Amino acid sequence: MRNHLVLKTIALSLVVMGTNVFGNYALKLGLSSGTAAVLGWAPLPYIRVLGHPWVIAGVLLMLGWFLSRLMLLSWADLSYVLPVTAFSYVLSALVGATLLRERVSSLHWAGICLITLGTGFTIFTRPGTTPSGDMAE
Amino acid sequence: MKWLLVALVVVPGTVGDVLNSAGMKHQGELTDWSPRGLRRFLVRVAHNWYILVGMPAMALSFFALLALLSTTTLAFAVPATASSYIVETAMAEYLLKEKVDWHRWVGTILVAIGITLLAL
Repeated sequence: MRNHLVLKTIALSLVVMGTNVFGNYALKLGLSSGTAAVLGWAPLPYIRVLGHPWVIAGVLLMLGWFLSRLMLLSWADLSYVLPVTAFSYVLSALVGATLLRERVSSLHWAGICLITLGTGFTIFTRPGTTPSGDMAE
Repeated sequence: MKWLLVALVVVPGTVGDVLNSAGMKHQGELTDWSPRGLRRFLVRVAHNWYILVGMPAMALSFFALLALLSTTTLAFAVPATASSYIVETAMAEYLLKEKVDWHRWVGTILVAIGITLLAL
């Protein structure tokens, strides 16, 4: 039962991280294209930017990220979900290094190691420590 | 201006996460994965007041982050907003009554420092 819960939590965490990493990647491509404006207080540049195909893809992936994260939060603690899904920063850095050919400095490698260690410290704790489902039918 | 945007990323983001977490805990886990069960689950989520308040708070935080990223450097924006990990964990312990043991605290602090280093 415990193994099933851990496997289910890790599987959904991977979905949360995957949609986040590729959502951010798509948003980065969309926002760094020539049509993107500097965003401030006015709503119009936001609406204009939201019409860009990469931004649309990014927003859809981020919607998937939001829904999968909500599902994860239905049984896992917020204090568990935060450090575990923060591993997406490591995946983002690796995607940046491989797909975008971004340079990974020694400081970045230190950050990657600390996040991996932080995720490792949390991932084997019990995912849920509070009751779930007071509203369930 | 930039610190106001940092506040608009961190405060609504924290409020949104705490409300969404409380809302989904009340909601309970999705057990019926059929299209009908999935639809019923989504309808219940759409009528959950915690989520209905939490979602706009998250959206505000997201747009404030976009504005912050377009006006300042990543090296400023990411470390400034990484503090939300620690604030949210404290809120989870005191408001949501989660049992945050030392493993989780160490994990959260390491993650927040790691994110800061990634932005430098």
